[in-house]
Amino acid sequence: MTSTEIELKALMLASLDGNASSYRSLLDRLSSRLRAYYKGKFARVGRGATEAEDLVQEVLLAIHLKRHTYDTGVPFTPWVYTIARYKLIDYLRRTRTAARVPIDEGTEVLAQDDHADAESSHDIRILLGRLPEKVRCSIECVKLEGRSVAEAAARCGISESGVKINIHRGLRALATFIAQETKDENR
Amino acid sequence: MKTDDLVAMLSTNVEPIGRGLVVRTISIAVAAGAALALGFMLVGLGVRADLTATRATVFLLLKVTFALAVVGMAMRYLTRLASPGAERGISPLASAVPFAGIALLGIINLGMAPSSHWNGMILGDEWLECLLSIPIIAIVPFAVTIFAVRRAAPTNLVRTGAVAGLVAGGISAMAYALHCTDDSLPFVAVWYGGTIVLCTLAGAALGPRLLRW
Repeated sequence: MTSTEIELKALMLASLDGNASSYRSLLDRLSSRLRAYYKGKFARVGRGATEAEDLVQEVLLAIHLKRHTYDTGVPFTPWVYTIARYKLIDYLRRTRTAARVPIDEGTEVLAQDDHADAESSHDIRILLGRLPEKVRCSIECVKLEGRSVAEAAARCGISESGVKINIHRGLRALATFIAQETKDENR
Repeated sequence: MKTDDLVAMLSTNVEPIGRGLVVRTISIAVAAGAALALGFMLVGLGVRADLTATRATVFLLLKVTFALAVVGMAMRYLTRLASPGAERGISPLASAVPFAGIALLGIINLGMAPSSHWNGMILGDEWLECLLSIPIIAIVPFAVTIFAVRRAAPTNLVRTGAVAGLVAGGISAMAYALHCTDDSLPFVAVWYGGTIVLCTLAGAALGPRLLRW
């Protein structure tokens, strides 16, 4: 077992327990590694860094929304690798490139770091604007302004469990918008 | 959007996540699917009238055991397919074991009977009803199972769809067994086994469309 695996798995376990700083650190590390991986892959099929960043963000959202599917009894890196590769193939298919993704070692995804101050083509404010009022309110209060769920419930005029459901639903919708945008841009 | 901003957003006020959610969700879905299939069978077909006879009870138990084995093996595989990277180290062939078992029993049974009886043993009285009922009863359990798997993260969509179809076919066969009066091993092997395989193929065809995320 590599030190990457041990480190990332520890961060993931803490994240699943609700530790925000561990989660932030985990997502930071994963994004720099995913960036290096996708840039490398995309260079080979003639695609740019912005597209790679679109995909990095799509995968980060996917990791977030699907984090309950990680079985804590098994290694963490194959979980990330499988999602990263699934999303890569899906992305290439969606944007109509007849590229074949060679089956590579699971270690490749997390092998390199790329800390470029990266930006995707998506505008979070515009995407949030497409969400229903209460969903947007919940996400803005809790995820952008860092208020508690109770505060958000009072501000948005819904129950606390409603806020939680809205946040999940909203992030899922954002992931769908992002996937749609990349499809349309490349049409 | 800067990736740093996205990371900041996702990691702000992060909720703790319960463990074993994939297995739990799929188990609940399969249980619900089984209840619905049973209800569908009771309303549409009804339980066989001769259930008090020993031979009928023995064959009912045999059919249900076969169907349960199919569902059990397939469910174990399905929960792995629904979690990224967990598929490794588990063989798809394990799901075929119940089929091999019933086929073997069917062949032994045929071998012990005179060949003039084979036709009747294989076709039974109601092969057409069986051929139609099991796939039709499987539709609702399939939908419920797919709904549950979609909440997880399958990455091999053809295979996951196939195994969801296998689970649904097994559930359906379990429900249909309560109605079916054809009591012969070759019949169960061919018509139960065959229709469950049909459900599996249908699931494989539908998987990529239904499961994408």
